[in-house]
Amino acid sequence: WKTKQEMADEALFLLLHNEMVSGVYKSAEQGEVENGRCITKLENMGFRVGQGLIERFTKDTARFKDELDIMKFICKDFWTTVFKKQIDNLRTNHQGIYVLQDNKFRLLTQMSAGKQYLEHASKYLAFTCGLIRGGLSNLGIKSIVTAEVSSMPACKFQVMIQKL
Amino acid sequence: MAVCVAVIAKENYPLYIRSSPTENELKFHYMVHTSLDVVDEKISAMGKALVDQRELYLGLLYPTEDHKVYGYVTNSKVKFVMVVDSSNTALRDNEIRSMFRKLHSSYTDVMCNPFYNPGDRIQSRAFDSMVTSMMVQVC
Repeated sequence: WKTKQEMADEALFLLLHNEMVSGVYKSAEQGEVENGRCITKLENMGFRVGQGLIERFTKDTARFKDELDIMKFICKDFWTTVFKKQIDNLRTNHQGIYVLQDNKFRLLTQMSAGKQYLEHASKYLAFTCGLIRGGLSNLGIKSIVTAEVSSMPACKFQVMIQKL
Repeated sequence: MAVCVAVIAKENYPLYIRSSPTENELKFHYMVHTSLDVVDEKISAMGKALVDQRELYLGLLYPTEDHKVYGYVTNSKVKFVMVVDSSNTALRDNEIRSMFRKLHSSYTDVMCNPFYNPGDRIQSRAFDSMVTSMMVQVC
């Protein structure tokens, strides 16, 4: 059971995010949709939000031991605070590549339960990719984050750590 | 009450530094600069040291003839350095800890300010006045 406050918080972010995506696409200039500029804008928004969020969330936590510790934090505490659930599966090749699997991604559950609207999914994942990248960046990790969906609302986020 | 407060970015350049009294500013800048090495040492020695490695507060970094330098590193690798007058014996460890917590809280607020671009010098007046409240007042 969720309290009214919890439902309101969740719905607020979800709806605001939807408006953000449509806002970016509506105000897109010539060619920006095709050349991916809109996706970049959303990703950059997510990046700045991720930086600020991580600063807030790690204010009272203990120091992280290593990279894996940080990724686990993203999958559990961070994901729970933002999306009210944990990442369902974390896999890594121990060489800097992590795959975060969310079987019921909150930003996609209202969209479809399979393949309908699949071609639009990437627009709704860009912000979250930036969120992860921004959060990691503020923790001292440079990365590239991409997402893929084959059947909604499950999706995978791939994090590639950049060794400097 | 501190005589100098500094916020250093993870790339080791100052985001904010203020000292009081403002003469001898260079001396304090130099002190903060030297303390960065000590901070790095403490962080890398985390595994073997007696210091609780999960804590953000680093404690006393090093003492000089007239001053004591304390450090604190956030999870986002931002360092806070505080210099206090040695003669101020009334200042206890948990007071220093709480000063750092206040700094950390204000820094977090700065991060969430839409007019602040991460990596820039901190120009927030709110942050300024918080720091003023913890520094030695010179009439």
